[in-house]
Amino acid sequence: MAVNTFILITLILAGLWTVMTRSLLRSAIGLALTSAILSILMFRLDSPLAGVFELSVCTGLISVLFISTISLTHPLTHEEILKHMKERLARFKYLPFCVVAAGIAISFIKIKIDWSLPAAAAEKDARLILWNLRQLDLLGQIIILLAGVFGVVILFKEVKKNE
Amino acid sequence: MMKKAAFWLALALFIGQAGLAIFATPEAWGHSLSVFGTHLKFDLMVDSLSRAMLLCISMVLSISLLVGRYDISGEEHRFNFVNLLLIMLSGMDGVVMTTDIFSLFVFMEVTTVTSLILVALKKNNEALEAAFKYMVLSVVATILMFSAIALLLLVSGSTSFSIVQAALETSKHNFLIMFAIGIFLCGLFIKAGLMPFHAWLPDAHSAAPAAVSILLSGVQIKVLGAYTIIRLITSIFGYTSSVTYILMLVGTISIIFGALGALGQRDFKRMLAYSSISNMGYIVLGFGCGTTLGMAGAVFHLFNHAVFKSLLFLNAAAVESQTGIRDMNKMGGLASRMPLTGITSVLASLSGAGIPPLAGFWSKLIIILALWMAGYHGYALIAIAGSILTLAYFLSMQRRVFFGKLNEEFAYIKEAEFGFSLAAVILATVIVGVGLCFPLLLNTFLLPIGNIFGG
Repeated sequence: MAVNTFILITLILAGLWTVMTRSLLRSAIGLALTSAILSILMFRLDSPLAGVFELSVCTGLISVLFISTISLTHPLTHEEILKHMKERLARFKYLPFCVVAAGIAISFIKIKIDWSLPAAAAEKDARLILWNLRQLDLLGQIIILLAGVFGVVILFKEVKKNE
Repeated sequence: MMKKAAFWLALALFIGQAGLAIFATPEAWGHSLSVFGTHLKFDLMVDSLSRAMLLCISMVLSISLLVGRYDISGEEHRFNFVNLLLIMLSGMDGVVMTTDIFSLFVFMEVTTVTSLILVALKKNNEALEAAFKYMVLSVVATILMFSAIALLLLVSGSTSFSIVQAALETSKHNFLIMFAIGIFLCGLFIKAGLMPFHAWLPDAHSAAPAAVSILLSGVQIKVLGAYTIIRLITSIFGYTSSVTYILMLVGTISIIFGALGALGQRDFKRMLAYSSISNMGYIVLGFGCGTTLGMAGAVFHLFNHAVFKSLLFLNAAAVESQTGIRDMNKMGGLASRMPLTGITSVLASLSGAGIPPLAGFWSKLIIILALWMAGYHGYALIAIAGSILTLAYFLSMQRRVFFGKLNEEFAYIKEAEFGFSLAAVILATVIVGVGLCFPLLLNTFLLPIGNIFGG
């Protein structure tokens, strides 16, 4: 339990770093890192199939797609990055107060809620699920990736060529 | 050579799909489709509702393809556009034929990713900003729907429509289930562009090339929003008092505020985008009343809106291609220079405003009758008020763009390219034909659609 909590906190920190970092490239690397940590958590919570998917698709393919896209874009100057950083932080200045206020408000609400849910079904054989039961999803995901790559080529490559 | 052939191949594919949707009997579709024998087995299902959607998809994609041929410059860009249309076809067909909630989500994402690229296709600041807004809101919708699917999977242990529905029957009042249904609906409202979840829609529809606007307003928001709402509620969530209340509330807000938004616009395409929000409200309101008649009316209005809105976007594109502007206040008297565009836009506007005997009149009438017969008299009156507002903004558009004194600046413009005219005539014929053949369609096509929900 303690290990899982530690991984969960690491996941949140990696996610925060991903959205707060100045560089777009670091942000993409942060995304891959966050996905990798999430995969570890999934393996530990007895969901190896979800873990494998997270690791292969999000950590691998999506990150490669992001990084290749970023390599085709025009990087910001140091001054521009600093300006964006200031603006971004200014946007979030009330967030801690909002979180604390929401926490206090929720603690005062005493509604009896039925949170119970049945236990998750036992993991089946990953091969069986992937190749026999979820063929349509696999096809759909392949099309999404193709569409993503096609989009990058259409929207970014030409801009780079023109520059 | 291959790039030119792609256009005709895609057109043949779309027309083939339309033919199958119209002429293949329910027995021919069967209850479930398995592709390539046992090696690649996809459990797909095509019922009356799916057939109606397949017809809408193929019709609007064909029109978009025709318009794109003239609207999108450069052979390379046109080839990319055709490829994107084919990817979008696979996404939308997947959405309307799947029987699994996760597969539905995957194919919705295929359509969303393709739409995103299509919105940004012009690559100017306006298009990129609209694509960014659309992406941000789409991600929110994705997170909401994905979380809901995770919760539903926890409850039922499966993502198949029938198994999830059976599991929900036994855990109806569980808070997390209600929460899952609520957030799933919110995600779908974003995809449908319903108010107050509509922020992306006016920007995306006005910034995209005309062929893409036709696609987005004509069919994309209907497949991802309206169809999915109808399918999930009838196949999984079921009608509860809270679901009915949410649908009718969102529908009513969209009808009125969408129409008011359209009234205040100067930009031709932006006005049409707000009009789409209002018409999506009608579809949701008709379906929300939960009767067979209401559902038949909703699906019929979905089809009619796909036709007349595609035609209006086509007219807007024709006008923009000839005048170079979209500001309606700077136009005027264009019907004398572009008579075909003028006439077809009048037909589309009157159909949209619900004027008999055009197709839009019948679908609005069915929705209002269904609301009245179900006892929702207040909502029926709001729907009538919305129809009057619709008439007001369409008449205002006609006066500012096509009638009145001709702006001297446009004294020498001509009718738009042949592709625009051909597509406009086809769509106008559908509007008039469906309107006149309504009695024939009612028993053979529309009421069976309502019956599949068992309402």
